Amino acid sequence: MTQSFGRVWGLVYRHLTLFRRSWPRLLDLAYWPILQMLIWGFTSQFFASRIGNHGVVTVGLILGGVLLWETALRSHLGFAVTFMEEIWSRNLGHIFVSPLRPWELIAALLTMSGFRMAIGVIPAAILAATLYHYNVLSVGPILILFAANLIFMGWWIALGCISLILSQGGGAESLVWSMLFGLSPLAAVYYPVSVMPWWLQKLALCLPAAHVFEGLRAAVSQGIIRWDHLAWAAGLNILWMSAAIALFTQQFHAARRNGALMNIGE
Amino acid sequence: MHAIEVNQLTKRYRAALAVDAISFVVPKGETVGLLGGNGAGKTTTIAMLLGLLVPTSGRIHVLGHDMAKDRFAALARLNFSSPYVALPQRLTVAENLRVYAHLYSVRHIEQRIRDLADELDLHGLLSRPAGQLSAGQKTRVALAKSLINKPELLLLDEPTASLDPDTGDMVRSWLERYRAESGCTILLASHNMDEVARLCGTVLMMKQGRIVDRGTPPELLERYNRTDLEDVFLDIARSRQAETVHAE
Repeated sequence: MTQSFGRVWGLVYRHLTLFRRSWPRLLDLAYWPILQMLIWGFTSQFFASRIGNHGVVTVGLILGGVLLWETALRSHLGFAVTFMEEIWSRNLGHIFVSPLRPWELIAALLTMSGFRMAIGVIPAAILAATLYHYNVLSVGPILILFAANLIFMGWWIALGCISLILSQGGGAESLVWSMLFGLSPLAAVYYPVSVMPWWLQKLALCLPAAHVFEGLRAAVSQGIIRWDHLAWAAGLNILWMSAAIALFTQQFHAARRNGALMNIGE
Repeated sequence: MHAIEVNQLTKRYRAALAVDAISFVVPKGETVGLLGGNGAGKTTTIAMLLGLLVPTSGRIHVLGHDMAKDRFAALARLNFSSPYVALPQRLTVAENLRVYAHLYSVRHIEQRIRDLADELDLHGLLSRPAGQLSAGQKTRVALAKSLINKPELLLLDEPTASLDPDTGDMVRSWLERYRAESGCTILLASHNMDEVARLCGTVLMMKQGRIVDRGTPPELLERYNRTDLEDVFLDIARSRQAETVHAE
C-alpha cells in the first residue's frame, strides 16, 4: 500500500512540477471560470435589476449554476488533460512499462483533477463574493453533495474520453474539449428541465447534472432539499461510472493487444 | 535461471505477422543483442517483453515472472530505455529522475540521484529542463532513468541512435563497465553492428519476425565467412544463407 501511494505521488509530483515550471498552464486553469463568472455575473445583475424582488434569487440561481457547472467541467478537464499531457510529452511508454498499476494511474489523475478543479473554481467563487456579493456557501451543506455529484460526473465522462483516445488515438482528443460543452444543454444549468420538449426531458434526466441543478433550484428558490433528485444523481453516477470503468478496462486491454500504447499519437 | 525465457512467441496484427513463433533465452548476467533491419520485429519483441503489448500466442518469463500473469512484479525489477520515448521536457533532469524514483519505489531517492549523477556525469545537468539538453545529454539522462531502480534486467532499444561517435563510444564503455560491476542482464536491440559486436556475448538475428540465426559474434562471422557483423547483417537481410556465403 505504501508503495502504491508512492507511485501515485510520483505521477502527481510530475504534474504539480509541470505547473511550477509553466505558469501559462496555471493561468489557464483559472482563466475560463473567471471569464464565465464575469459574463454571467453582470448578466444576472442586469436581469435582477429588472425583476425587482426576485432579483436576489435569480442571481443565486445563475451564479450558483455557473460555479457548479464549472466544477463539473474543471474536474472533467483536469482528469482528461492530465492524461493527454503524457501523450503530448511522449512519456506514456515510460509510464506503462513502470510498475504503476492502471488503478494507480487513475488515482493520480483523480488527484490532479481535484487540484485543477480547485485552482479553477475557488478564484471564481471569490470573485462572485467580492464583485456580486454572492456567497455560494449560502446554499448550505447540501452544496457538498451537489458538487460531489458533478465532480463524479466529470470523472466518468473523462474516463470515457480517455477510453476513446486509447481506442482511436490522439484524433479523439477534441472530444475531451467538446464533450461536456455538448452535454450542457441537457444539464439544465440555467433553466428547469420542464422547459425542454418531453423527449429531451427524458434524455436530460439520464444525466446526473440535470438532477443536481433541479435540486439547486429547489434549494435556492424554495429552501427545500430535493433528496429524490440527489438520489437519482448519485444512482446515475454509479451507473455511468461503472460503464466508464468497463469501457476503460476493455479499451486498455485492446490497446495492449493492438499496440496502441506504443504509439498513441495522431 | 534465465533472465528472459521466450517460448513460441507470436504477434499478429490482422493479416500481418510481426513476430513469428520465436523462442530464445537470455542467461542472467549476459548481454544479448537483437539485430535486424527495419520491420524485423525487434521493437515488437521488446514491447512484448515489457508487457506493453500482449502476444497473440506464446509465453514470456522475465526474471522468473510469467508476464501474462505477474508482469508488475517483473516490471519493478527491470527498466527500459529508448531514444524514441521522451522524458517530460519542462521538468528538470533531477525532477524527472525523482518522478521515476517514486514510480519504481526507490528508497533514499536523493542519494540515488546523486549516485547516478556521479556515475553518468550529470551534476551540471540536474537543474536543467530535459527539453534543453543535447542528444548526447538526453541519452545519458535516459540511461540514468533506466538505472534508477538498479534493474536486474535492462532493455535497451537502439541506445546510441543519433549520437555522435564520441558520445556513442562513451555510452558503450559505460554499459560495458556497468554490466561488469552490477551483473545486470542486458537485452539490446540495435542496428549498430560495432555496438553489437562490442557489447553482446550472443546475437539473435531477426528478419521478418523470425530469429533466422543466432550465436556469438565470432561464431556468426565464421559461419558467414565474414570479417565484420555488418556483412553478416547484409547477408541475412538479403537472404543469403550461411552455406551459400561460405561457398562463394
